Amino acid sequence: MMNLLETNIKKEQEKAQEYIKKQGLRVLVCAGTGCLACGAREVIEKFQELGASVNVMTDEDKVTTVPTGCHGFCEQGVLVSIPDLNTTYVKVKAEDVEEIFNSHIKEGKPVERLLYVDPATGKKALHTNDINFYAKQTRAALANCGKINPESLEEALAVRAYEALAKVLTENEPDKVIDEVEHSGLRGRGGGGFPTGKKWRSVARYKGGKSYVICNGDEGDPGAFMDRSVMEDDPHKLLEGMAIAAFAIGADEGYIYVRAEYPLAIERLKLAIKEATERHFLGDNIMGTDFSFKIHIKEGAGAFVCGESSALIASIEGERGMPRPKNIHMAEKGLFKRPTLLNNVETFANIPLIILNGAEWFSSMGTASSKGTKTFALTGEVNNNGLIEIPMNTTLREIIFDIGGGIRNGKKFKAVQLGGPSGGCLTEKHLDMPMDYDMLKKEGAMVGSGGLVVMNEDTCIVEVARFFMNFTQHESCGKCTPCREGTKNMLAILNKIVEGRGTMEDLDTLEELAEVVKESSLCGLGKSAPNPVLSTLKYFRDEYIAHIRDKKCPAGVCTALTTYTINQEKCKGCSKCARNCPVGAIDGVIKSPYKIDQSKCIKCGACMKGCAFGAIELS
Amino acid sequence: MTKCTVKVDFEKINEILKSYNYEKSSLITILQKVQEIYKFLPEDAITYIGEHIEGLSPATVYGVATFYAQFSLEPKGKYEIKVCDGTACHVRGSSAVLTAIKEKLNLENGKYTTSDGLFSLEIVNCLGACALAPAIVINGKVHAKMTPEAVSVIIDTLTKNESE
Repeated sequence: MMNLLETNIKKEQEKAQEYIKKQGLRVLVCAGTGCLACGAREVIEKFQELGASVNVMTDEDKVTTVPTGCHGFCEQGVLVSIPDLNTTYVKVKAEDVEEIFNSHIKEGKPVERLLYVDPATGKKALHTNDINFYAKQTRAALANCGKINPESLEEALAVRAYEALAKVLTENEPDKVIDEVEHSGLRGRGGGGFPTGKKWRSVARYKGGKSYVICNGDEGDPGAFMDRSVMEDDPHKLLEGMAIAAFAIGADEGYIYVRAEYPLAIERLKLAIKEATERHFLGDNIMGTDFSFKIHIKEGAGAFVCGESSALIASIEGERGMPRPKNIHMAEKGLFKRPTLLNNVETFANIPLIILNGAEWFSSMGTASSKGTKTFALTGEVNNNGLIEIPMNTTLREIIFDIGGGIRNGKKFKAVQLGGPSGGCLTEKHLDMPMDYDMLKKEGAMVGSGGLVVMNEDTCIVEVARFFMNFTQHESCGKCTPCREGTKNMLAILNKIVEGRGTMEDLDTLEELAEVVKESSLCGLGKSAPNPVLSTLKYFRDEYIAHIRDKKCPAGVCTALTTYTINQEKCKGCSKCARNCPVGAIDGVIKSPYKIDQSKCIKCGACMKGCAFGAIELS
Repeated sequence: MTKCTVKVDFEKINEILKSYNYEKSSLITILQKVQEIYKFLPEDAITYIGEHIEGLSPATVYGVATFYAQFSLEPKGKYEIKVCDGTACHVRGSSAVLTAIKEKLNLENGKYTTSDGLFSLEIVNCLGACALAPAIVINGKVHAKMTPEAVSVIIDTLTKNESE
């Protein structure tokens, strides 16, 4: 029976590959959240319509439109990729589809105007691998994202889904699975960086009774969407990873906790679970063995603190998502007081790859203490926004300037915020540092879940610190005093500073409070809440001082410290600013200089952006 | 806050409770289902649920309902505007977009639904649409790369459509 298992999965794979082959030329249109907002639905429909009009003699003549998950290069949506022609088209609109179809697919002439143009060299990328954004990445966890239709189990099987599960079930040695994960050096991808194999072993110790596997898909970190991508684009990889974990630690039931803001992820996961259960890759007696594993979806309800393990468990149990003290380890008493293994989405997504390719393959990538690849959401003031995956020895410079294509609009790089509200910022001097867990931590930042927000000279660092503190203060559950009161007082001080009412003593109080909150809070939210303040104070203290002493915001962002005025000599009275102003704060008579009513002005800068004469001044 | 008077159909609530076996651990899912019907959680529904699940009280249910940002105890507008204020949207100017919406709809001092019930405003942490920053969502539809002017045009269009 054992060998039968592996033979069967190979058969399923061959069938699935045959199914793909019969599709002929595959046109992969991104149907991720970003591209859908840019009109992907219409592009897909147009391709389908034209594809159906082709006269087909054999399957090879067919043109099949495949709506896929996120291609990652969200900045350039709608993305259309045709692997057989090695081409990726960017910013495609429904009206462009006919030209792609007639010129490239039928006559073999690429549509040059829809190719990606490298912002640094001005060159057009004729082939997908000419695009630096993709060429410089190593996609493992995200390997299938954008390559398959996430709503089809068949397509997942064609790219080896459930082969790793078949392998571990054939070998039937749970401890060996844990050994393999341990040897790979994989560390938790949710932020903490705890060695995954070690965690599994600590739960496996309590084998025998009921135990649970939980996947933390409550990606609450603003500016991060890696986990959403795995759940939306390659759901079977996550399910397989969870099943392997359940087999290793002896669990038969699992939960995926998904944040409510990700309705598409919830929908696709539900479908994937249903399909996998029907084909016996999940559910009772998986692939004909004794092993059974059921997965439930739990929708979050919007609370950042639920990303914290004990709060997440409270939330699954139907309570307020408040953290519990960790004197009793959840490996022993977790969900419903049973042994529980909790890992992040990306951690689970790495498991099938480690089983298939071996621990050595995984540990050959990265640094001495941070193995493998990591996904990041590259956003902010960088040219190529999107989702990336890189070996952990990749430097910030390679990420921002090679993959990211540098800073937008030719501006200057200022800082990068890593790890969201729990992380810290890094500056120019850290550009050559690799994305190593421990090195980043030493510098006051963290890998975190992988949000990487790039900031340029126009970003006010103090305001960013205030923004994060506002976030954590708002999300603090209020259970423990240091976090509840500490974040409130820190926020009050930061508000004072950005409004120009700060004093130099405030900086000392801020630092003192930060230490107390960090040291004495109950859970990770509070312990890490002061990080953005501490790291910005460390690297950009002069900006804080400029706000306090000179009552100036060097970046011109803090509205209390800025005023927009119209230079009466430069203004030609064209009335454009008055029309652009969303609140009607600008008034005047055509052909004579206009004026801004300061009591109405909301300082949005719309007037300045639109003025053709440079007459609007910021002071 | 004006107390909202909505007639709660207890029959429907009962059906939901039944489909989840009156289970305590399904409370959040139950509240989500109730909110799907009314677009908010009516007080009477909260009390009813608290009285009918063993081990819970109306106060505990109220505690859970107020803990999570997704639940609203106030009715929402016909057009639900969600403004993303995640990090990427924030550094690309979501504050200006938010201020413009508040000014335009006359929403201030903790008021989040317009008096005519047409619009309601919610600030969300991150929609995960960072490359489209700043992004807003109106009734499920994502609007990318917003500016104060663009959002003002969108609201005008919706208001105009309503009055026609």
